[in-house]
This record gives sequence, structure tokens and C-alpha cells, in this order.
Amino acid sequence: MILLRDLGLSLNGRPVLNGVSLEIGRGEILGLAGESGSGKSMTALAIMGLLPEGAELRGHLRLNGLDLLSLSDRQMCRVRGRDLGMIFQEPMTALNPVQRIGDQVAETLIVHGEATRAEARRAAARLLNRVGLPPDRFPPTRYPHELSGGQRQRVCIAMAIALRPQLLIADEPTTALDVTTQARILDLLKGLVAETGMGLLLITHDLAVISGVADRLAVMRRGEIVEEGPAASVLADRKHPYTRALVAASAHRPTTPPPPPPPGPPLLEVREARRSYPAVHSGLFRRLPPHRAVDGVSFGIARGESLGLVGESGCGKSTLARAVLGLDPLQGGEIRLDGEVVRAGAAMPARLRRKMNAVFQDPFGSFNPRHRVARLIAEPFHLGGRPSDADERIDAALEAVGLDPKHRDRFIHEFSGGQRQRIAIARALIARPDLIVLDEAVSALDVRVRAQILDLLADLRARFGLSYLFISHDLSVVRSSTERVLVMQAGRIVEEGATEKVLHNPAHAYTKALLSAAPKLKEPE
Amino acid sequence: MLRYALTRLLSLSLSLIAASVAIFAAIEVIPGDPAAYMLGLNAAPETVAVLRDELGLSGSVWARYLDWISGLATGDFGISYTYRVPVAELVAQRLAVSLPLAAYALALSTAIALPVGLWAAARRGRGADLGIMAATQLGIAVPNFWFAMLLVLVFAVKLRWVSAGGFPGWEAGLGPGLKALTLPAVALALPQAAILARVMRSALIETLGQDYIRSARAKGLSRAQALRRHAFRNALIPVLTILGLQFSFLLAGAIIIENVFFLPGLGRLIFQAITQRDLIVVESVVMLLVFAVILVTFLVDLAYAAVDPRLKRR
Repeated sequence: MILLRDLGLSLNGRPVLNGVSLEIGRGEILGLAGESGSGKSMTALAIMGLLPEGAELRGHLRLNGLDLLSLSDRQMCRVRGRDLGMIFQEPMTALNPVQRIGDQVAETLIVHGEATRAEARRAAARLLNRVGLPPDRFPPTRYPHELSGGQRQRVCIAMAIALRPQLLIADEPTTALDVTTQARILDLLKGLVAETGMGLLLITHDLAVISGVADRLAVMRRGEIVEEGPAASVLADRKHPYTRALVAASAHRPTTPPPPPPPGPPLLEVREARRSYPAVHSGLFRRLPPHRAVDGVSFGIARGESLGLVGESGCGKSTLARAVLGLDPLQGGEIRLDGEVVRAGAAMPARLRRKMNAVFQDPFGSFNPRHRVARLIAEPFHLGGRPSDADERIDAALEAVGLDPKHRDRFIHEFSGGQRQRIAIARALIARPDLIVLDEAVSALDVRVRAQILDLLADLRARFGLSYLFISHDLSVVRSSTERVLVMQAGRIVEEGATEKVLHNPAHAYTKALLSAAPKLKEPE
Repeated sequence: MLRYALTRLLSLSLSLIAASVAIFAAIEVIPGDPAAYMLGLNAAPETVAVLRDELGLSGSVWARYLDWISGLATGDFGISYTYRVPVAELVAQRLAVSLPLAAYALALSTAIALPVGLWAAARRGRGADLGIMAATQLGIAVPNFWFAMLLVLVFAVKLRWVSAGGFPGWEAGLGPGLKALTLPAVALALPQAAILARVMRSALIETLGQDYIRSARAKGLSRAQALRRHAFRNALIPVLTILGLQFSFLLAGAIIIENVFFLPGLGRLIFQAITQRDLIVVESVVMLLVFAVILVTFLVDLAYAAVDPRLKRR
């Protein structure tokens, strides 16, 4: 149905794709895997005719015999949305914030002249119901900000399939979602393929996501397809070394052994932490009960220990992390770091502040884009005054995270996502803290970079005797990098224990559900 | 939404009270006794005292403040020291010129700026965009009184389409009134339009980089459709902010333009009142302008919420 033959692409003279040939038939799911920057998304945008300016495309691109490359943008507009649909990685920003979800779905029909406004509205309601947003709970009059990430991705899917396209392109559709939501979205996509007979091009960096879904699998590296074939046999045989490297990265475990914990009182103690948010107003005077984000949570972290905290988005993980860091006040309970009370709202003494630091999910958003790396990394120095050996320490921190000290005068946009996260870690390290809170610190990175960062974190922990609070929705990350794990659901800790034990032999139903939702690669026999 | 409006309304009333205290206090500390000024240098102190009583300038500060405020609330603004007519009457006459002029100029500047901004954003980086950007730069740089004189020279002196100044009054009919206000409105509107068009353009360009524009394109919308249907409304928030500021400015900031065109507007009234120590007029007009600014801010706040549903929750 869709056929790519020897597709080549250069962006402003720089080659991006080289001799890409792919084919997707009716009702077929083709997985396209590769690390970030390998050209997966550019392939998708080339098919859609939505390449950025300065792009030069060569080769053949046919949809049922129609040469897409010969079409003008006006003609392509008639193909997009009708024959080709696409959903993107970031559901939080993929919808227009000021338009109702029903109208956004209906627009696909209206733009193509397939329905009157009223018909399109009714069709939109049906479509939203089909993708799992029933009108009694999620009326089409909702705005995007009233939905969660998974629900928004469902709206995007409804938008893309409204005219029953022949091909749906899903570019990392679940990367930004937690495991349980990911499993539901993948199920929905599979169901839609079976029901409508459309082809699906599923792009992801995580082979585990593809393994249970795709019929065929293509592995892409530096703009070229290095291996292609039935998904099961590609994953079982792993002929190409790059495929092997991707599979290994997906299940990567750092090899540096954790240091033995020194005796003594715990570094961090959280007792009966409680925090609720005022409810949304459902009318002028009617109030819903407040939302309990963190509901009586107690735990401790020993010196040198790495503790995992897992749960779906919205379970209260980040609220808890912000309380530990002293950014948001608690409404009950107590947090002690090294014996001293952490009180948010009140000014925290610099000496206490210095003992902990954090690395967040988005490595770009957490840096001031106008400052150079040396200044970004040196930021924590304002806590204790700039030491006389500041420059040496900046260089040492850069070296510790595997970057060249010569890069200290660059700006943050000159680095890749993985390098940015290394800089974030260098910034967290420079004040020599005891505890680092890692809030989804590797979730935005692709599997290969993620593996490198996990290695780096394990290594730094062994060298500097750090403790980690490792927050993630990804169980494989927690499995490889922590000794103990807490499972959090709806503001409460529902299970805790040694990581191996909890993940191999879960006691709580919720932990079991999380584990079964996590995509896994089968080891070849 | 109702809750949002009510909280805004409350903050509006508090701002008004704070402003009235500040204005009253400022007038109190300004040197210069209006009674002494009106009677001249050689007046006997007794005569001045009598006049002060007559003008309501004696008595405790609190009593005078409450007197003034309760007067304002009932529409009694007092009597002008120099014109000897009720301030309310004076202000109403001037507002009949200033308010339509401000609205006219604002309508013109919006009507010019939004399409120009849209057009430039759609052609970003190309010749048309660069030309528009250069023109708006010029529009901001050129002083409006100079531009006003240029308009007079061309349209009144050379072409004789309109008169060079003055205002016939609304009694003469809507047509002549609007005609007299057209040149001043254009002179006021163009610099404002230049600013607004630039804001519109840059807000649109920022919005065009958003993910939802890409989603819209994937649905089959053309570049122009995505711009109109999705980018435009999202780009309106900064435009509304500027629009609100401009209206407040136009209402009282037209003093120079009013002088160029001999228009009996609010700007000229307050200018004359200040030079003649007609403090009661100054007080009342300033209070009225504060009220107008706060009201416009309130309307802009409501417009924000109408444009962006996320704000209704706050």
C-alpha cells in the first residue's frame, strides 16, 4: 500500500536519510526502531510531506500507486488526514489548548468536506467513544487541559483516524506515558488496525514496545535501514550488531556494584507525610473533597542507598519529591535530612540545602538557555559562597560526568539530550550533596543514552557515596538501579521491599498490574 | 467563569478605593492655594479665607475626602473653580469628543494591525514580511504630532477633503462629527497599529512553532488554515494586553493631537485645569481616568478568559 523506495533526504545539505526502502500493507503493523537522531521521525515527516524548510527529498514514495513526491502542498493537504494520519510523541502539547476536544476531532471531517458541522460533531462524539473516551465521563465539550496525557493521546488518535486513513503513523506515541497507560494505548492501536484494516507505522526507540505489537520490524541507524523482517525473527536472531546493541540497552543493568551502606542513622526520614490539593470547583459554591496527593507516607533512605519510587503519573510521586526537596510544604508529617527538619515555605539554611540536589525529567527546560555551561553548573555555589577552587571543581564535575572540560563555555542548546542530562547531573554533584533526587531523570532519553546515564549514576554513587531517591514510572530502570523500591498508588505506599523481591514476587495487586503492563523483550531460547 | 468574574470585580473595587486615596493625598500636598491663585497676588487674607470656605477647601482632611468620594458616587463632581460650572457637565462635554475619538482610533488600529500581523507572520522572513517590519518600525519612530501635521497638509490643505481642525459637535450630525475626528483618529491609530502589528506577528510566529500546529497540519489543514484556525486565537493574549493599555492611553494621552486639531477633548481639559490650579477638575478627571483604566483592565481580564479556557479555573 505505502511504498518507500531508495528514499534519500538532506536537510540544508546535511544527509539525514539514505536509501530507505520500506513497505506497509493493509492491516499490517510495521515497527521502526532506532535511537534518537537515527532518522525515524524524519522518515515519518517525509511520508506526511511535513518536512522542515531546507529539506531535499529524493527517491520514490507511493501510496497505492500515487506518487506523493509529485504532489503540490495543496494536493498533499487533501491526502493528509484523509489517507494518511499521524500522532505524535507529546500528547500534552499536541492539542490546541483553546479548542474543545470534540471540535478538534470534528475539524478533520470538516476540513476535508466530508461532513457538515452538525454531522461532524456527532461523528466526533462517536470517535471519542471508540478510542475510550465515553461521552458520559469525557464529553466532547472538554478542553485538553481537563484531560490526562493518556486521554489526550486518545483524542489525537481519534483526530487521526476520523476519516479512516489507509496508513496511520504513530511517532513514539507512548514514550511520554507511564507503563499502564502505554499498554492501553498500544492495545487501542492494535484493535483499530484489526477493525479498520489500516496500516500502522509504529516508531519507537524501545524495542520492548514493538515486540508485542508489530508484525514486521525495521531497525534504523544513521538514516539507513540496517535490518528488516518479521518482528519475531528480527528480535530472536538479532543478526545486526546494532540490533543486538539496542536489545541490550533496553534491558541494561549497570555493572558497578553498589557500595556497602555505612552504619548509622538514615540520611532521609519521611514520617506520615501528607499533602492535599484543593478540589476543582464544580460550581460557584459546590466543592468536591480535596485531592489527597500524598496520604500518610513514611520511609527512610540510608546513606549510600538507592531507593526506587514507582507508580503511574498522578500517583503523588512528584508531589512527594517536591516536599523532600523543600519546594512545597507538607500539611502533616515530618521530613528530616541528616537529622534536621526540612521545612518548605520557610527559608532552608544553605548548609541543609547543600546536602541534597535534584535532576529532573526535561534536561532542556531546567537550564537557563542564556547562560554558559560553566555558570549553569556553578549555580549551587551560591549556597555556600563560591569556593576558591571553583574553576577546578567545575572542570572536575564535567569530567566526572564524562564531558570535556573544554565545553564549559558552550550554551545548553549545543548539546544533545543525553549530554544535557549529564550537565544536569554535574550541576547536582558540584556542591557535593549526600542525596540526589532523580525525578524521572532518564525517562526522556532513548534506550542507548539511558543505559549510559544509568551506568554513570551507578559509577558516581560508588565513587562519592551518594544516596538516590530514584523516581520513575519505568520498572526496568528501577530494577537495574535500586536496592529497595516503594510502590505508590493514589498517594499511598502500597508495597515496599527489596527491589528484586518486589519485582519478581509482587504481593500487591497494583504492583502486579504495573509489572504485567510493562513491555518486555523475550530472551531467545 | 462567574467566580473568576467576581474575584476580578472585587480586586477592581479595591484598586479604585486605593486610587482615590492616592489621588486625594497627592492633590493635598501639591503646593499652591487655588483660592489665592484665583484672587491674585494682592488679595486680602480675609477674602481668600471666604473663597476657601466657598470652594469647600476648609475643614478636616477626612471630611473633605468623604465629601468628595460621596459626591463622586452620586455623580456630583463639584463646581469647577475657573469655569464656575459643574465639573460633571464639563467632563461630559469633553468625553463626548474623547471617548468616540479613542474608540475610533482603537478600531482603526485593530482593523489595520491584526490582518497586517497575520499577513506578515504567514510570510515570515520573505520580502513582504521584511517590508512590513520596516514600515512598522517607522510607524513607531515617527512622532504622531508630526504625522498629524503631515495629514493636515495633505488632506486638509492640498486636497481639501476635510477641515484642518475643530469639532462641529454631535448636534451637527453623525457624519460631520466622524469626519472631523477622522484625521486625528488616523494620526493616533497608526503608531498604535504599528506596535500592535508587531506584537501580533511575533505572538503568531511563536504559536506557529507549537506542536498543535503540526497536529493541525497532519489533519490536512493548509498552512494558512492552521494559522487562522489554531494560531490566531492562541496568539491573542499578548495582543489583548497591549490593546487594553492602548485604550487607556488614547483616552487621556491624546493631548498633543487634540491641540494640533483644536479638539475640545479630555486631554486639553486636564492640561488647562492643571495650569489654572483648578484642582477639583484635576481630581475628578484623574479619578475618572483611573476608573476607565481599571474598567478596561477588567474587560481585558474577562476577554482573556473568553479566549483561553484554562484561565477560567483560576
